[in-house]
Amino acid sequence: MKKIFSLSILVAGAGLLVLSCSKAITEHTADAAALNPANIDLNAGVWKPVLLSSPTDVAVPAPIAATTPDYIAQINEIKTWQADLTTDEKDLVKYWSAGAVLRWNEIMRELVAKHNVPPAQNADGTYPAPNANNPLAYPTFPFANPPYAARAYAYVAAAQYDALVSAWYYKKLYNRPAPYKVDAALAVLVPKSELPSYPSEDAVVEGASVEMLKLLFPGDQDFIQQKAEEHRRARLIAGANVRSDLEAGEALGRAVAQKFVTRARGDRAGTAGGSQVLWTQLETDCIARGETPWISQESPKRPPMLPVFGKVKGFLVDSLACIALRPAAPPSASSTKMKNETEEIYQLVKNPTREQIRIVHFWADGVGTATPPGHWNAIAADDFITKNWSEVRWARNMALLNMALMDAAIVCWETKFYYFNPRPSQLNPAIKTLTGLPNFPSYISGHSTFSGAAAAFLGHVVPERASQYQAMANEASVSRMYGGIHYRSDCEQGLVVGKNVGQFAINRAQADGAE
Amino acid sequence: MSVKSIFKPFRFVFAMTLFSATATHAQTEMDAIMMNKHQFCSGFDYMHSSWDRYWEGTLKRTNENLGTVTTQGVMFMPNYGITSNLNVMASASYVWTEASAGTLKGMKGLQDLSVFVKWRPVAKSFGANKLSLFVLGGYSAPLSNYVVDFLPLSIGLGTKNLIGRGMVDFLHKRINVTASAAYVRRSNVTLDRDTYYDTELHQTNEVKMPDAAQYQLRAGYRGKYLLAEALLNNWTTLGGFDITRNNMPFPSNRMNATSVGVQLKYTLKSNTHLSLIGGGSTTIAGRNVGQATAFNAGVFYAFYFKK
Repeated sequence: MKKIFSLSILVAGAGLLVLSCSKAITEHTADAAALNPANIDLNAGVWKPVLLSSPTDVAVPAPIAATTPDYIAQINEIKTWQADLTTDEKDLVKYWSAGAVLRWNEIMRELVAKHNVPPAQNADGTYPAPNANNPLAYPTFPFANPPYAARAYAYVAAAQYDALVSAWYYKKLYNRPAPYKVDAALAVLVPKSELPSYPSEDAVVEGASVEMLKLLFPGDQDFIQQKAEEHRRARLIAGANVRSDLEAGEALGRAVAQKFVTRARGDRAGTAGGSQVLWTQLETDCIARGETPWISQESPKRPPMLPVFGKVKGFLVDSLACIALRPAAPPSASSTKMKNETEEIYQLVKNPTREQIRIVHFWADGVGTATPPGHWNAIAADDFITKNWSEVRWARNMALLNMALMDAAIVCWETKFYYFNPRPSQLNPAIKTLTGLPNFPSYISGHSTFSGAAAAFLGHVVPERASQYQAMANEASVSRMYGGIHYRSDCEQGLVVGKNVGQFAINRAQADGAE
Repeated sequence: MSVKSIFKPFRFVFAMTLFSATATHAQTEMDAIMMNKHQFCSGFDYMHSSWDRYWEGTLKRTNENLGTVTTQGVMFMPNYGITSNLNVMASASYVWTEASAGTLKGMKGLQDLSVFVKWRPVAKSFGANKLSLFVLGGYSAPLSNYVVDFLPLSIGLGTKNLIGRGMVDFLHKRINVTASAAYVRRSNVTLDRDTYYDTELHQTNEVKMPDAAQYQLRAGYRGKYLLAEALLNNWTTLGGFDITRNNMPFPSNRMNATSVGVQLKYTLKSNTHLSLIGGGSTTIAGRNVGQATAFNAGVFYAFYFKK
């Protein structure tokens, strides 16, 4: 009986031990330190914008003087907030102080992941297309697949950047000091800065993001507007900006983003889905060339993902350059080389090691994720956090990265649908995959192209990490072979094309006035 | 990116509903059978479970890119009677999965090890009736670093679990009714990727797993050589989220399942060391799980160290 008693004590004790274990998880940018730029880039108003012809394309009126009753009232608004701060409000300040570009980039990744789900088929075996004019009806708009996501990240980042260049121009022009410089008694909950506070760089980023996201994620306005409201409030509570800094910044951000919205409406992405006529044409053209056409291996057969995305207007690569970047044809499906490449993939997936599966899944970035461009944004953000860059430099580097990723998608998709070649599991149905099989042609690998472009550009702005970026790109690339969904030539050529696209971003970086 | 699918709460619904109720010599943590003092018994149980329909949240659907998903396994189960009122038991499984359609590759590997202590503090007889109370405590953990983030083809969910169970058994002559309820405290799990979306984006490879409850009602005939019971099982995840339309399943989904089944055990009269077990079950309700139909068959051998 004594033994029973001690045993039950033991069991109960073990139970209490486990029950008391916390399941709390700390996410890795949750505690990111407040942005405290080593260099405020005061002259960034002369950096070359992406779309604006001049930083004064959008007029920002002169701010009211710090001696006016209106301004003093705005200071008092901050003091009233600060007199009674809740924990939630302090948390908001802490969250947003890590950086406006960083946080809106994370919000973008969240929206992409939420919407990166292919529509279910109709009862008749056809597939419905999301409708931007009715985004909440199933299938909800958008289907944020990799090309869609790459374009979305690029537009938001480029709009943020152009709006910030303009903001920096006006900051220097008007030179309004931060509220804590005007009123030394004002508490400030974020690092103090010598940067003029009008218009607010945070509100610029918020305004530009909100305006772009109306177009890109029209069904998520409740979420987006809540984030925007919290962002503005955080800056006010922190004592970093008065209300008129925020209002001017938000208006500027929105107005600049409007120009990007206009561009986006005419960049041909809206027709990238093609039509049944085109889908059939791709197949018959491929057969006419004497090649084996790609066939959807989904059941029921799904139309290929955005077959005309290769015609979208890039930011860095124009349509002629896009064609020039297209690599030579893949090995013919009937060639010995292709047989060997198919056999290589078969052997790889037959008995994968645990480490190979880890690599496949680490880089898979498939359904329900922020896509490969989102993954590279996360990699970039982690390193940018350590750099203590100004918001405008953050935005510039994110814009260049994401323009490279979008153009990588364009060149990759142009190539895929130019050659329209089959996946390994189409040529050998015994090949089983360790991740979802993408529903579009094989050559060249999207992951490899994205990764080649990102690694090249990131190696330029964070040179001490260049070799790590290249190693990551190589691993992302080979993960598609380990996964059974790409041949070696898809991956090797994808890395080369991506690197070439990345060079366009480097060339622009060397000429935009920021280096 | 093409295959949407779903998981079923494999490890416990599966392991518990199918591998349970094996034999007098192979009592499980869910039946009311105890081994005698110094009796040792062990054996193997083979199980086969398959489904071609699943619940995507509450929507029941098929998936032509999975076809029929089949999970098979072999479980080794040793049990020992410290006293006739205190038993210890363990189990370890090797599991393999496959999908009949689509391109996704099945997985295989050593799944989990579990250890239970089963204690019968109360056993009272009233004429032809007998009432017993049981308290069980157990722990289980993965035996290998298997992939948890490849549902529905993962071989398990990868959590470490602490299980507490209370059980009441009523026996009238040879007819028994047994009811039990368990709370399963589940650890977080880690993925091979460093970010994921459930209902929001998480920048970590760690997934918070909701705890779960498990209920069972079983009744039948408990003879000297033959045991035959009907079972009603329920697994309820205490939290978690629904798979969104056409999305992939995820380890921390709200996986619920109710199943009915039978379990039989027959001890050979010619050799009472040896017993054969078998059974089957089918899922009658669920959420974020496959509508599995399963059967199992096994053989157990008992040793008597001291009489």
